[in-house]
Amino acid sequence: MTPDLEQTPLLSVELLNKSFGRQQACRDVSFDLWPGEVLGIVGESGSGKSTLLNAIAGRLSVDSGKVLYRTGANSIIDLASASDAQRRHLMRTEWGFVQQHARDGLRMGFSAGANIGERLMALGDKHYGKLRDTALDWLQAVEIAPERIDDLPRTFSGGMQQRLQIARNLVTRPRIVLMDEPTGGLDVSVQARLLDLLRRLVQEHNVACIVVTHDLGVARLLAHRLMVMRRGQVVEAGLTDQLLDDPQHAYTQLLVSSVLSV
Amino acid sequence: MYVAVKGGETAIGNAHQLLAEDRRGDPSVPELSVAQIREQLSGSVDRVMTEGSVYDPDLAALALKQSRGDQVEAIFLLRAYRTTLPRLAVSLPIETGSMKVSRRISSCFKDMPGGQLLGPTFDYTHRLIDFALEAESTPQAEGKGQLADHLPQVVDLLNAEGLIERELPDADDAAVGDLTREPLMFPAGRDIRLQNLARADEGYLLALGYSTQRGYAKSHPFVGEIRSGEVAVEIDIPELGFAVDIGDITVTECQMVNQFMGSKSEPPKFTRGYGLAFGYAERKAMAMSLVDRALRAEELGEDITAPAQDAEFVLYHADNVEASGFVQHLKLPHHVDFQAELTLVRTMRAEIAAANADVELAEAAQ
Amino acid sequence: MKQAYETSATLAGYNFAFLDEQTKRMLRRAILKAVAIPGYQVPFGSREMPLPYGWGTGGMQVTAAVIGAKDVLKVIDQGADDTTNAVSIRRFFVRMTNVATTEKTREATLIQTRHRVPETPLSEGQILVYQVPIPEPLRWLEPRETETRKMHALSEYGVMHVKLYEDIAQHGHISTAYDYPVLVNGRYLMRCSPIPKFDTPKLHMNPALQLFGAGREKRIYAVPPYTEVKPLDFEDHPFEIERWPEDCALCGAHDSFLDEVILDDKGGRMFVCSDTDYCGERREAGHTGRMSAPYKAEAAE
Repeated sequence: MTPDLEQTPLLSVELLNKSFGRQQACRDVSFDLWPGEVLGIVGESGSGKSTLLNAIAGRLSVDSGKVLYRTGANSIIDLASASDAQRRHLMRTEWGFVQQHARDGLRMGFSAGANIGERLMALGDKHYGKLRDTALDWLQAVEIAPERIDDLPRTFSGGMQQRLQIARNLVTRPRIVLMDEPTGGLDVSVQARLLDLLRRLVQEHNVACIVVTHDLGVARLLAHRLMVMRRGQVVEAGLTDQLLDDPQHAYTQLLVSSVLSV
Repeated sequence: MYVAVKGGETAIGNAHQLLAEDRRGDPSVPELSVAQIREQLSGSVDRVMTEGSVYDPDLAALALKQSRGDQVEAIFLLRAYRTTLPRLAVSLPIETGSMKVSRRISSCFKDMPGGQLLGPTFDYTHRLIDFALEAESTPQAEGKGQLADHLPQVVDLLNAEGLIERELPDADDAAVGDLTREPLMFPAGRDIRLQNLARADEGYLLALGYSTQRGYAKSHPFVGEIRSGEVAVEIDIPELGFAVDIGDITVTECQMVNQFMGSKSEPPKFTRGYGLAFGYAERKAMAMSLVDRALRAEELGEDITAPAQDAEFVLYHADNVEASGFVQHLKLPHHVDFQAELTLVRTMRAEIAAANADVELAEAAQ
Repeated sequence: MKQAYETSATLAGYNFAFLDEQTKRMLRRAILKAVAIPGYQVPFGSREMPLPYGWGTGGMQVTAAVIGAKDVLKVIDQGADDTTNAVSIRRFFVRMTNVATTEKTREATLIQTRHRVPETPLSEGQILVYQVPIPEPLRWLEPRETETRKMHALSEYGVMHVKLYEDIAQHGHISTAYDYPVLVNGRYLMRCSPIPKFDTPKLHMNPALQLFGAGREKRIYAVPPYTEVKPLDFEDHPFEIERWPEDCALCGAHDSFLDEVILDDKGGRMFVCSDTDYCGERREAGHTGRMSAPYKAEAAE
């Protein structure tokens, strides 16, 4: 009997610890991420949520703990101790990372089409015409006019840059996408459109996401499940609606009430 | 009929003849001797020795004469000569603590054991052109000042209190690297970085060091101590079983003291930046110590945000023999590459012209 | 007469080929490693040479490491034996080794070149030494050496295709005219030094040993004889070499790289072979171009 893969977590973080000097940024963080699930990590700035995201992505070395990932080939890799080669390969194939500032996640000196095609070319696609067709499809999917394909990202608005970054990540059909404040720094009206788009794409492609945000509104719209972090620790976790409507931990209550009272 | 440009041989010969004449200048003016350069242009000689990585005042003076005073060219001459020198022995580390000091100052303390010793310096001179020097045969002042022996190093005074980091050889006591034998690789250890900086262009280090004072790398430096004077060079001779003094060299050392806020395992204390140069190259030694400290950012857990902290950037561009050569190689003919580009640009222009013509034709037909 | 300033014996006080034997051994070890791993950049302890960096110090060190008393040396720059830098390097090796020199590609056992591969096909036993200014093919895409070494180790070469994609998107075709990126032996991405892309196919399966020396950057790499060298391209935009609207005005060649020579200020110009030896050999064999006089040995200068 084959195990039902949908019943196995895609990612299991176990007792992850990371400190900077005397500052403990992540303390004994553990959680599972399931296929197709969107997990929101919320907390104030300095709560350790971005450190956690970067540690999961292998951009920071961890002090202790495991980041177990079940690959497309159904083997388990501990990213906390994986080789650079393994990690870098995953990051350009089965994983994606959407940066808060699009300029950190895009090649600003290359056109929109080249940005979308990069991951495909890294995997060996060597047909210019097909790369272009794929890029056009993805521009459409993220609501960017096809005639902008040869324009540089710097001529794009903030919202367009962010959508381009999403397309560039999703083009290889990753299984997990990490997002660091994906709507941060965007106007409210632009945010709403981006969130709608994200929700649709994530659903269509059945991609699991970890979204770090300080904005409970964003978390409510996108995430199936939430983790609340404070001073490096997870203080509460649960289904998004339950957690936001009936917060148990005093800190979560404070977070929720501070949003409502505005 | 066309005859291709020829005569490279003759042209080079003529050019070098012209250079020789230029170097000599007006023959009615007496020729400079190497000894005159060595004795009277010691600022230049010291720089050429330092960046040329050879301690030999006569050779440096000769190189300066040959390069007609062009320092980077003289450094280059010395370096190329250095390539051909056999390596007979590796000296023991020089003991600057037992330097015969002719100058020694600290900005950290008003006074300290042994006192402040100004020595020969431009400091506190008024930079007024002295027309008296136009006349020849300026009377010579009394010989050299007194040399003080065994003055304690100011950083050691701080060290006694545990206020400054200790600097000890690595536990594995690995041999010091040698950039003149091994290529620069990263991450580069401090031995390699310091060697690179010692050979680095003075102007470049000065600008980088200066940038750290203007906010490009947080650094709060104090001159712990600058000392200049003579130190003995010793080599170990295995057959004898003890070190032998092979002579004295003049060096300038700068120990910069910088703030450090501490970390998880370390209480706050002062850290050091180090600079060393041949002769009285004080500006170089100071700039070097600032850059050395900036390059320790990673080791000390500081954010790398400024050019002076970026080891690859700093070390790869520090050498003026490398930099001068590559900048000036642009003078060499590049017409093959240019031809390739020209052909490409013409093709692309023709394509655009053809496309525009098609559009015009189509419009005219309507 | 014309070489009055050239000494006939090697210069007193210097070792054969300038470098000491220890240094030569170090260089030979690096070269052997480079040959063993085609296209891989071997770091080496580059020495200061009496010529400036960027003027061929890497090529000179490689040449000094492999040259022997019986070698016949040819030095070219831009394809020509008589360009000033070629003259200067040739003269240096004559002073330091007293080996025989030649302008004939066929006669040379060792050829040091800057920016060209000779038109005359090379044969087994010959060594072609390239002068390399920047050895790292990924340098303009990633300035950090630590990162590019990692990219080579992991064969992460996708970004190079991004650059070529961008060329086509912006200009309609790949606009890299020289120093064209190639994949050597199916493994390492390599720069061919700034030879025009016209010359790039000559590296592929060449019977000669090709050595590349970058002095300032302190790297040596190699393409051993009969090694696959493949220019990067797209399936639907294959690699192409440049062509000229005319033949060589002196020898009529239509298969060689042509230099453009401006004849007047009214747009008059002619194209001539950049490889002077090739052109001369063809003229000697009776080939003519539209502006050539009957061939005679170039005695007058």
